[in-house]
Amino acid sequence: MRNLFLRRWALFAALVAAWEVAARLADNPFFPPPSEIAGTASGLWLSGPVDRLFLSDAVFSDVLPSVGRLLLGWGLAAVLGVALGVAIGRSPVARHYLGPLLTFARAVPPPALVPVFLVLFRVGTPMQLATITLGVLWPILLNSADGARSIDATKTDTAVVFRIPRAQWILGVVLPGALPKIFAGLRVSLSLSLVLMVVSELVGSTNGIGFKLLVAQREFDFPQLWAGIALLGVLGYLLNTALLTVERRMLAWQPRQEFVVKPTTAGD
Amino acid sequence: MPTMLEVTDLGHSYRAKDGVHEAIGGVSFTVDAGELVCVVGPSGCGKSTLLRSIAGLISPTRGSTTLHGSPVQGVPDDLAVVFQDYSRSLFPWLTVQRNVEFPLRRSLGRAERQARAAEALDWVGLSGVGGKYTWQLSGGMQQRVAIARALAYRPALLLMDEPFASVDAQTRFELEDLLLRVTREHASTVLVVTHDIDESVYLGDRILVLSGAPSKVVADLTVDLPRERDQITTRESEAFVTLRSETARLLHGGRPRSTKPVTSANQAEDGQTVASRWADAERAETGRRATTT
Repeated sequence: MRNLFLRRWALFAALVAAWEVAARLADNPFFPPPSEIAGTASGLWLSGPVDRLFLSDAVFSDVLPSVGRLLLGWGLAAVLGVALGVAIGRSPVARHYLGPLLTFARAVPPPALVPVFLVLFRVGTPMQLATITLGVLWPILLNSADGARSIDATKTDTAVVFRIPRAQWILGVVLPGALPKIFAGLRVSLSLSLVLMVVSELVGSTNGIGFKLLVAQREFDFPQLWAGIALLGVLGYLLNTALLTVERRMLAWQPRQEFVVKPTTAGD
Repeated sequence: MPTMLEVTDLGHSYRAKDGVHEAIGGVSFTVDAGELVCVVGPSGCGKSTLLRSIAGLISPTRGSTTLHGSPVQGVPDDLAVVFQDYSRSLFPWLTVQRNVEFPLRRSLGRAERQARAAEALDWVGLSGVGGKYTWQLSGGMQQRVAIARALAYRPALLLMDEPFASVDAQTRFELEDLLLRVTREHASTVLVVTHDIDESVYLGDRILVLSGAPSKVVADLTVDLPRERDQITTRESEAFVTLRSETARLLHGGRPRSTKPVTSANQAEDGQTVASRWADAERAETGRRATTT
């Protein structure tokens, strides 16, 4: 395990080292070496007092608001998407009527809606939340609907025969059955949330990581620009790892392939 | 024994591409309390439709069903079904113990349903595996979990739809014996739908033979075998062989020997005499065949 971990990160470290060498040799102001970027980053975000875990003011004024918007927007989308998706997935009528509408809504690139929300909400957090939530809603909603729809008929029959009450049916059968698909949707939408967070901050914000990227670019402060980009990468990595950990715990019941006992089929 | 289930003139037809397809054409029979009745019929004769109608999963187009005296509308309160496809019928996200508890949540407190589930798992010989997930068990063990779940529910009537069709022959024998043991210990009333003639003779106190669609009851046979059954000696006994041949003959459109065909349980003669008369006819038949060849 430890060996695998080391091997995985060895390549990463090697690439960073190669970049360091190349950047130093090229000596191009647009491409500062990683060591310089790291120095800038720690100066920017890790120069605070001890009692705040060395976190600087910039963390509180830019990084945390960004992360907060991302999580809130994604969380809202998760709640809405799972609730609506499960309802749509279990209702053939709803699927029939809403199918084309959902396909259309999903096909619209979320960043294209940013100008609309700018008009509706002006610059600020509501506009960013609207962009993130409505942009990442569709993968969650469609996956939840698909998962809820694919609960097999034998489970439905079993629940009917044992007269399982409605709440127990939804919470005890439909949701767990749809959970693998729901998590697939949540993972796609989490990385999309990061994209939309940056896009919305590039055009309509007065703080945040995206806003700082724009400022750094305008001031030709390339180390800071690269530090922002690296921070987004780290954020995306951490968020995805956290979600994967939750997913593994919640889907721990899933059969591992080699142990599944398949029934032999017999005709009726 | 009082009548547990009474099915009267139950018929089901549904709309197909080429007009109306009649799956069940008026079926009547009764099942007494504590009896195990097998329903056999040719493929596609609507056996499963019949079972689903009795379970309330579909509403039949005509006829009525009465369960311990009260007419059934929708899904009866104290009825359990064991489906063929155990891997789909059980919930993979719940442990074995919780699967058995699942239907009890609506009516029982935690402690009581835990006790009941543990007890039912003990009946089917699975007391050690309550904490495992169902997919960690073999197919036969999974079907035992499904049986335990049904028994823990304490149903007035246990319906089984091809319960052992998806397990290998060895396991099927074990499960048949297990079913006979637990249902007798608890005086359960059971209706088993199967396409397996041997199984119907081995398990049943009675056998209902259905015709092809639109299905009707062709014969209502009483299984004239001792209650204690054994996979080897019962299956080689003359009575077993005779009854199996007779059931097979009826299934393939034959007429019952030395008696008129019966169309419903009400018209059926006393099953025991019918069965023994057939046994005589069967013996005569085999004797004749032996001399001519």
